[in-house]
Amino acid sequence: MQRPLENFFRALRAADIRVSPAESIDAHRTVDLVGYADRQLFKDALCVALAKTPDEVASYNDCFEMFFAREEFSADDGTGNRQPPERADSDAAFGEELGNVPLAEMLLAGDGSEMAAAMEQSANRVGATEIRYFSQRGYFARRILDDMGLRDLEKLIAQLRRGGTGDDGGDDSGDATDLAQRLEQGRRFLLDESRQFVERQYELYARSNGEALREEFLMETRMSNLEQRDFARMHNIVRRMAKRLASRYSRRRKHTRRGQLDVRRTMRRNMPHDGIPFEVLWKHIKIERPKIVVICDVSRSVAAAARFLLLFLYSLNEVIAQLQAYAFSDRLVDVGDILEHHDVETAIPEIMAKIGFRSTDYGQALDDYEENFMADLDRHTTVIILGDGRSNFTDPRIDIMRRLHDRSRAVIWLNPEPETFWGTGDSEMPRYRQFCHVAKTCSTVMHLERVIDDILRSYARA
Amino acid sequence: MRTMTEPRAAKINNVDEIIAGLGDVGYITSRQIATAIFVAQNLTKPILVEGSAGVGKTELALSTAAWLDLPLIRMQCYEGLDESKALYEWKYGKQLLYTQILKDKMGDVLGDTPSLDAAMTKLQGFGDLFFSEQFLEPRPLLRALRQEHGAVLLIDEIDKSDEEFEAFLLEILSAFQVTIPEIGTIKSTVPPIVFLTSNNMREMGDALKRRCLHLYIPLPDARLEEQIVAARVPDIEVKLRRKLVAFVQMLREQDLKKLPSISETLDWARVLLLLHADDLAPDLIRDTLNVLLKFEQDIHAVRPQIAEMTRKARQAGDRGYAATS
Repeated sequence: MQRPLENFFRALRAADIRVSPAESIDAHRTVDLVGYADRQLFKDALCVALAKTPDEVASYNDCFEMFFAREEFSADDGTGNRQPPERADSDAAFGEELGNVPLAEMLLAGDGSEMAAAMEQSANRVGATEIRYFSQRGYFARRILDDMGLRDLEKLIAQLRRGGTGDDGGDDSGDATDLAQRLEQGRRFLLDESRQFVERQYELYARSNGEALREEFLMETRMSNLEQRDFARMHNIVRRMAKRLASRYSRRRKHTRRGQLDVRRTMRRNMPHDGIPFEVLWKHIKIERPKIVVICDVSRSVAAAARFLLLFLYSLNEVIAQLQAYAFSDRLVDVGDILEHHDVETAIPEIMAKIGFRSTDYGQALDDYEENFMADLDRHTTVIILGDGRSNFTDPRIDIMRRLHDRSRAVIWLNPEPETFWGTGDSEMPRYRQFCHVAKTCSTVMHLERVIDDILRSYARA
Repeated sequence: MRTMTEPRAAKINNVDEIIAGLGDVGYITSRQIATAIFVAQNLTKPILVEGSAGVGKTELALSTAAWLDLPLIRMQCYEGLDESKALYEWKYGKQLLYTQILKDKMGDVLGDTPSLDAAMTKLQGFGDLFFSEQFLEPRPLLRALRQEHGAVLLIDEIDKSDEEFEAFLLEILSAFQVTIPEIGTIKSTVPPIVFLTSNNMREMGDALKRRCLHLYIPLPDARLEEQIVAARVPDIEVKLRRKLVAFVQMLREQDLKKLPSISETLDWARVLLLLHADDLAPDLIRDTLNVLLKFEQDIHAVRPQIAEMTRKARQAGDRGYAATS
């Protein structure tokens, strides 16, 4: 039973449940304890040992049902072709030939569970559970059958078709063709079964793999190249990232450094005790709540990136209590309200309709910002500017940028363009860059996560 | 290894016994929960219990203790909880007080020592004295380890503690021992049954999850909930019980900020009992809705539908077991 359990763990891993070696040991001990007799008990007990979150419990249940659901080879599915052949009395005459081909014997015996077991053993030998891609299904089905001895079976069928076994020929040729026919039916049945078997393996072990690959790919795709149909998936990825960051940073406003005596405060507190330190005070670090201002260029070239940045930041609302968001192409407006009251899915188009798609004017936007919102800026605030820095040759208002830099804690510029493009054409990036603490290319969600992580960490350390 | 003479080991042999045993102390449990306890007990592993507030996570630990007749040691977690509050602390004040007293006696003790070295040797004996059991203040975790016949250790709302604390728990949860530098390693003779509860305020670390069995307690279905109400509020009349459970089950299908959980159902049942209600009426529900729903918006959202829901709940009550439409 070791083997099936190991395979079950692999299926669970494929279903995104982490089963470490230690957990698999636990699971084995659990199984030793509860045994296999009571299916419900077996399932519940393993569930307790392996699934570690409510989500995992749900996928565990699905996976369990699928994994342990292999019925015996079903006799009939209505079409009639999927039926193992039956033994006929005349077969006795071919005892010797059949004896050399165990597969044929098995087919004629018609024991579904025995065949299922044999197929599983073969599958284990050829490593069918290692299946990774959809396209491998045919290959594995064939290999399983080869391992079960399909070639011998085919040889036998051909031999029977040629008319008996050669040496004693003659009268039993009719029986031979009949047997050949029945064996051929069995062969088709096996092909069918093996295909289904491999299909199930694929479902169990590999399908989520494909999904994971897809997501990995999306995370590294330039945001401007994402297609409409991937947006839903992207939203999920971004939310997950945000959740990860949130759980890392949302807690701990105060951080004790137990072990470091705060001498000054201890002495003061213990004045009444004649300076004998009855009460001891320890040093601790305070963690600030991040305050972030986001200024997003929403002209067409940057819109996709802006969309994800905003989505990202708003998913972080547990951590970032104070987020101000502004968007501009030529004029700058506060979009915090829109984002707060709508889903990001509806908010972004609304913002775009309001101010998007016009010709970009960074100078004007900065001017608007200074006039209306600069007062909110203090030395605890991080300013994130997302844009390509292409200002259509208008006045870039570097002077405002300098003031922004001086007043805030940090200015971070995220540019969807690669660095080699900065400064070409109407890009003012090299000049703006002077007044940024960090200027980075940010074209994929991976970049986004890294940048936001850095920002949040800087608050945690302060 | 444990011997069969201990009361507890003898008590847990299979899942049904657990269900029955917990039932005796008024905790109606599903098979999953009982299985979790069974496995935890036999593999000596802690259980991490998750579920929304009020589904009986803490109660599970309390009831287990009551059933097995073991002392319950409870540790409430909060932000900033550290090992000095969870494990042990030196009685600093007492130590200081003793040194102050000793200061006056110092002359007598060291009076006749010929050299500084001899004095030091003499003093060293006192040093060890100050870091002995006498000055050790055991906190919940250490107390749980030192219980001779085992204990039920409840680490409540572990998600409220800091990540460092979680890391610190690992040694205790996997080896059931702690190391105190001045004294040595203290190992439990009978490992306690450990429950950790979490409301999912934050994700627990993988290391901790790995060491625990995981139990998720969902909101109960109508049948189980009725049994729970029957066990906890036995005075309530059968029909009314059925109706109120049906009503609560219907509430759970609404889009509410905070769904009522078992503790709310029980509170409500007690309130209805107190008001001598013998049937559900819209007015009565309207007046007592604040027992079930804890947010103003939720109450507002539900209020217009009360009449309809009451009607359905009453039908369900007459039919038999509460329906979950």
